Amino acid sequence: MNTTLTLFKRELGSYFATPVAYVFIVIFLALAGAFTFYLGGFYERGQADLQPFFNFHPWLYLFLVPAVSMRMWAEERKSGTIELLLTLPVTMWQAVFAKFLAAWAFIGIALLLTFPVWITVSYLGSPDNGVIFASYLGSFLMAGAFLAVGSCISAATRNQVVAFILTAAVCFLFLLAGTPLVLDFFRAFFPQGVIDAIAGLSFLSHFTSISKGVIDLRDMIYFLATIGFWLYANAVVIDLKKAD
Amino acid sequence: MIETRQLTKRYGAFTAVDNISFKVEPGQVLGFLGPNGAGKSTTMKMIAGFLAPTSGGISVCGFDVQKQSIQARQALGYLPEGAPSYGEMTPRTFLSFIADVRGLKGKHREQRLDDVIERLHLNAVLDQSIETLSKGFKRRVGLAQAILHDPQALVLDEPTDGLDPNQKHEVRALINTMARDKIIIISTHILEEVHEVCNRAIIIAHGKVLADATPGELEARSRYHQAVSLTTSHVSAAREALSRIADVEAVEVDPQNHRITAFPKPGRQIFAAVSELVRAQGIPVSELQLESGRLDEVFRTITQGEQQEAAA
Repeated sequence: MNTTLTLFKRELGSYFATPVAYVFIVIFLALAGAFTFYLGGFYERGQADLQPFFNFHPWLYLFLVPAVSMRMWAEERKSGTIELLLTLPVTMWQAVFAKFLAAWAFIGIALLLTFPVWITVSYLGSPDNGVIFASYLGSFLMAGAFLAVGSCISAATRNQVVAFILTAAVCFLFLLAGTPLVLDFFRAFFPQGVIDAIAGLSFLSHFTSISKGVIDLRDMIYFLATIGFWLYANAVVIDLKKAD
Repeated sequence: MIETRQLTKRYGAFTAVDNISFKVEPGQVLGFLGPNGAGKSTTMKMIAGFLAPTSGGISVCGFDVQKQSIQARQALGYLPEGAPSYGEMTPRTFLSFIADVRGLKGKHREQRLDDVIERLHLNAVLDQSIETLSKGFKRRVGLAQAILHDPQALVLDEPTDGLDPNQKHEVRALINTMARDKIIIISTHILEEVHEVCNRAIIIAHGKVLADATPGELEARSRYHQAVSLTTSHVSAAREALSRIADVEAVEVDPQNHRITAFPKPGRQIFAAVSELVRAQGIPVSELQLESGRLDEVFRTITQGEQQEAAA
């Protein structure tokens, strides 16, 4: 546990040692604000809730999370530090988990810094804070799922641009798994049962149901299982690709 | 002790490391020599626990690298090829991080940090980010990381690569001070280094061990072993006279500096005869030397002989 914590601290510190953290946080906050107030029609709706704010999170994550995750393992491989890291007395799981947690915590920090939106809506009306809390939780879990996908893909290449594009593409599929855009493509190859299963994998539908204020255990389990699956794949990919 | 047993690593049809077995005891500094792509780094990566062998086993200080991976890594200090470290960190934060991962605590931790910073002269750059440091400093940060926990066994992949002659000398001196009670394996291209720091050398090529001996024994295999070289202004006369000595097999003149070398017949010694001859004939000699053997020549013979065999 101590080792994981040490690795976690180093990782999180490295975000703030480079401009990555500051650029990410500024852009995330600026875009989240702009989308909420302009595209989302925050004032025009005349309702004291944060629906227009949270609705844009999946789309923000779609290109901002890959920007964070692309460097997670690709950079370690490129600079050779992966050899240093994995010959220290740490297990593969500690390394994978600590790196993931650090990136997740970093996005969590960015998410917490959106609190002025909550202050604004509380000042203007009396929102349902339970729903807002659930939405934040859902958003955070979804970010974790995006990150786990990105971490795994980042381990498969030493090229960060490739990692970024592939992660964005895979996340896009997961996001829209429940829509005809994705389902029609798979319908050509698979029976209805598989199609229903794919539809059930949609990030968007699970996020939407949490952000309605219902913290359903199944949605939470869905996101945690997705994270677990991709992190497991992450460790396998690192093991396979170590030699090159 | 570091021990490898029939260590083999294959990538598909390509065999990078082929059935390598050796034991290194405390007090031994083993030099790993071989052409590029010979399997040196792959072997070291397997000892360090980074790559898993296809077959065979490794133990470090009694711990099986595969089964007791964490204990084996605790006992080992490893400098990977190219001395990688996290560029955005400073030597101070980087070494503190390594100390924490290695589980160093309290006073001992401070002592170890001070000791490696002192030994590798990192004081001047402690708070600069590593990516802005020169190659020599980066390499020293890597070395500091490897010896920070004062490990029983050290594996250093090209520890002096990219250092200037003074820095090379310092690193070799450092290895020598640690050599007495530790198990050290270094890989190098620089053959003079073998002389300065190693008391045992293994030459590998195409993943196979071709020679395992002390540097002195390797030199004795050289054509130059027991040969006598001299420099004179009377090149042709000296050459003429030397080739008449009974135990001299051949005489060669270096085309560049006109240094003459006389090679003895196998098992014979010619130094006395040569110096006698020079005095008797009054050949003006500015320098006369008994050669102990040339490692680079032995290295070439061993590794290229193997190549020709493989080609045939």
